[in-house]
Amino acid sequence: MEFKDYYAIMDVPRDATAEQIKQAYRKLARKYHPDVSKEPDAEARFKDVGEAYEVLRDPQKRAAYDQLGKGPPPGQEFRPPPDWGSGFEFRGAGDGGGAGDASEFFESLFGRAGFGGGGGFGGGGRARPRRDRGEDHHARFVVDLEASLEGATRAVTLRVPEYDADGRPALHERTLNVKIPKGIQAGQHIRLAGQGEGLPGGGKPGDLLLEVAFAPHAIYRPDGRDLLLDLPVTPTEAALGATVKTPTPAGPVELRIPAGSKAGAKLRLRGRGLPSQPPGDLYATLQIALPPADSDAARKAYEALAAVPFNPRSSLGV
Amino acid sequence: MMADLDTIALGGEVLEDQQLSLDQLCDFCAVERWQVIEWVEEGVLETQLSAGREPRFSGTVLRRARVAVRLQRDFGVNAPGVALVLDLLERVQALERAQPRQL
Repeated sequence: MEFKDYYAIMDVPRDATAEQIKQAYRKLARKYHPDVSKEPDAEARFKDVGEAYEVLRDPQKRAAYDQLGKGPPPGQEFRPPPDWGSGFEFRGAGDGGGAGDASEFFESLFGRAGFGGGGGFGGGGRARPRRDRGEDHHARFVVDLEASLEGATRAVTLRVPEYDADGRPALHERTLNVKIPKGIQAGQHIRLAGQGEGLPGGGKPGDLLLEVAFAPHAIYRPDGRDLLLDLPVTPTEAALGATVKTPTPAGPVELRIPAGSKAGAKLRLRGRGLPSQPPGDLYATLQIALPPADSDAARKAYEALAAVPFNPRSSLGV
Repeated sequence: MMADLDTIALGGEVLEDQQLSLDQLCDFCAVERWQVIEWVEEGVLETQLSAGREPRFSGTVLRRARVAVRLQRDFGVNAPGVALVLDLLERVQALERAQPRQL
């Protein structure tokens, strides 16, 4: 398995104080928290940071981890030494943490129970134990916009912990095909009853809650049930008005651009957004695209336009 | 079993299409009732609270509630702070959506 250098992940020296480690954690957590971060790999980074903090903030775990040194040379597999961890009291600490939060590396050292829930998107200890049925599982479900536009079936792959015959946990991948209801919006949740965690005694399993997110789309940006679109028009079309072809999810339509339109003007196409109940609208924001002055004809046209008195800086007082 | 799952498409319900009870919201967020009440009082979640009546929540509060759980757990933010962060996040997201793409 891969050795994790928790000091490098936290960007602190190996002799960092507890206070330095806490400050580093807070800073990195703000940077990579999946709810606030724009970093592309925020979720994975946040998990790493949470795990590193879990070890480095705990004097026992940190001392045990320090015994490993800096890990094997690059490219070589890490294996915990056979006598590793003897004399340390950390197994069974913490509240169990969230499902699938800790890495294989962490679990090989501290066991699953060692994870106290210092971070990790989607997991977290449950404040209120529920005895009558298994835990609900939560997962993010990234789908293409077309799935909502048309209604479709998409696969979601979940990593769920399962216990083997010896009671050791391992992460298993589980793929489910899920029907995407037509018109679903980003941030909405699909509940799949009975697809959560089972109970050892064979009781009623929990539910699986999938939070829908859209992968970026080449043309549209979803905003609730509405769709936003940047529509480039020529200066002539904007100034004199025109009817231009514009894409909509249901196919291109002719859109009337009023004379005297300015860049940033929003034109609404009612009912052309996501097919929710009620359906959303499509908003086309005009962008003025300048024809390149790369031919004699184009240059002459610009020069002719320059003969028209117009001071775009009059509002600046110059 | 895996092969079976591959061929079956599971249909679920969209939680935002329904009204949620206080207990359902607590279940979906794995929190106690007092926590949800505090969130309502501090403006994290919106609902009508009236004496002697169980509150009902529009399904759209679920996302804010789930983010609130994570912000409290991961940053130790209190309820008024969570409300502030959520409102600011929504403003940032609205601005990002409105941002035109480069031609």
